[in-house]
Amino acid sequence: MKKVFTRPKSLKPTPFHYCPGCGHSIIHRLVAELIDEMDMSGKIICIPPAGCAVLAYNYFDIDTCESAHGRGCAIATGFKRALPDRIVFTYQGDGDMAAIGTAETIHAANRGEVITSIFVNNAVYGMTGGQMAPTTMLGQKTSTSPYGRRSKIEGYPLKITDLIAQLEGAAYVVRTSVATPAKVMATKKALKRAFEIQIEGLGYTLVEVLSPCPTNWKMSPKEAFIYLEEIMEKEYPLGVFKDITKKKES
Amino acid sequence: MDNAEKVLMKGTDAIAEAAVQAGCLCYFGYPITPQNEIPEYMSRRMEEVGGVFLQGESEIASINMVLGAVASGARAMTSSSSPGISLKQEGLSFLAAMELPAVIVNINRGGPGLGNIAPSQGDYYQATRGGGHGDYRMPVYAPGTVQELYDLTMKSFDVADMYRSPVMILGDGMMGQIMEPIVMHKREEIELPPKDYILDGASGRPSRIVKSLVLDVRAMEEHNWKLKRKYDLMKRDLPLFEEYMIDDAKLIVVAYGTAARIAKGAVNRVRDNGLKVGLFRPITVWPFPDEALANLAKQAKLFLVFEMSTGQMIDDVRLATHDKVDCEFYGRPGGVVPAPQEISRIIERHWLQREL
Repeated sequence: MKKVFTRPKSLKPTPFHYCPGCGHSIIHRLVAELIDEMDMSGKIICIPPAGCAVLAYNYFDIDTCESAHGRGCAIATGFKRALPDRIVFTYQGDGDMAAIGTAETIHAANRGEVITSIFVNNAVYGMTGGQMAPTTMLGQKTSTSPYGRRSKIEGYPLKITDLIAQLEGAAYVVRTSVATPAKVMATKKALKRAFEIQIEGLGYTLVEVLSPCPTNWKMSPKEAFIYLEEIMEKEYPLGVFKDITKKKES
Repeated sequence: MDNAEKVLMKGTDAIAEAAVQAGCLCYFGYPITPQNEIPEYMSRRMEEVGGVFLQGESEIASINMVLGAVASGARAMTSSSSPGISLKQEGLSFLAAMELPAVIVNINRGGPGLGNIAPSQGDYYQATRGGGHGDYRMPVYAPGTVQELYDLTMKSFDVADMYRSPVMILGDGMMGQIMEPIVMHKREEIELPPKDYILDGASGRPSRIVKSLVLDVRAMEEHNWKLKRKYDLMKRDLPLFEEYMIDDAKLIVVAYGTAARIAKGAVNRVRDNGLKVGLFRPITVWPFPDEALANLAKQAKLFLVFEMSTGQMIDDVRLATHDKVDCEFYGRPGGVVPAPQEISRIIERHWLQREL
């Protein structure tokens, strides 16, 4: 019988610890599939964040170096500068990428570091128990914004992907979602393009993936996926913000 | 050595060139006075040797770039001065936890806060007590001459690889800025443990993890004890010190770095007046040369600790000697660099008061 579905080689046979309905498991799988399909195993290094995905090193069967909260892009810079022919990617959450690590993120992008950042945005701090994130939406209740995020007190959702698209060092900046199977496939396509552009050495690549956190959103997985598509994608429109390869073609 | 050609070199340049000679191929740092000559030197020199120089967006970013580079197997360093070293403490804790080798230079300036840019020894506690969070230590060298800056920086890279640990060079604004003739030599090859932890893409081998998260408390405890065993080996093997005019000394001045240079001048002055005074100079401030100092407690009637701070190393002197001998303190914090004459007057006062 023809095998039509199997665990990617780059994923260890370890059950994910992620909550039911969490997007990390999907995104991990996409990354692992691409590592196999693009033959990147043996030359790729992952920098997991502090956050739920810190345990990515238990799942990806590739070299991984844990990062202090927010420092992923700086560590990735160290790796890539020392080993320019390797493929280096950070896997970061919203707090990591857009709050505590804003400086590291923006400056790595601005230097055009030839790395890829996979930025999983679920609008809350997941691992610490659902506190407000820089990407928490106005009105969204979290454990530290119990009355809903108010712009006068907590400011506005930070769209770091939009900011990074303005930087000359950024080569490919895209926002995707895992809300539906079609969007999952689009996410995989975006991740593939990001790795391709890194391999071509064209600059910094960023794939923001909108992802549900049913546990901290206090929803069922089904409700969370509906919220993701109907609410979160409105605040964070999907699309390619920058692709320097397209500019060259046109 | 006497016949070897000497070159006049500034302290900061000696540190940078020693690192290059030690095979350091990655430098990451952020400007701060009084150590800017190190990144400036490296920005020129790394280009020449085919290495990496990158000015980070902060000290935090710079030490994390170092972390990435050393985890990839390269020799890497960063340098800064007191306020910047505070920012690097997170990275130091992670380097210690992940058992990664790196060299960190602190050209200590006046503090706390922004303080000033003058020489100070106010960072002793931070340097020797770990500095960052968690239960760790790291070797800290406190050179007293430009030659030592060169020699000990070079040695630091080997010590870092030998023990898989961050290593600090603790200078001060004066050590960084003075110029002295030194002999530049090549690094002696020594046997070092294989780098079986590096991440360079798991080609032809199982994948590896470099991490510090250990959620299981018993496993974390075991990791803490493993680190402790390593620190015990450092305590046994690394202490370095200099004894000056110590044989018949009844009063022993204890000082390190720039303070020890001043103290040496003071010892010479009081020796001219017949006072039996010597100098004990710790070269490693962690591990502190406890044993050597404890031995001196048998002959000394008084220890006089001189620091360019309000008194930090004095704790280690008292711990090492178990307070068996009286210990007095004289300090000039805030960036003041006193002349040897001032210290000789303090020595003479104690000598006369105690009728030594």
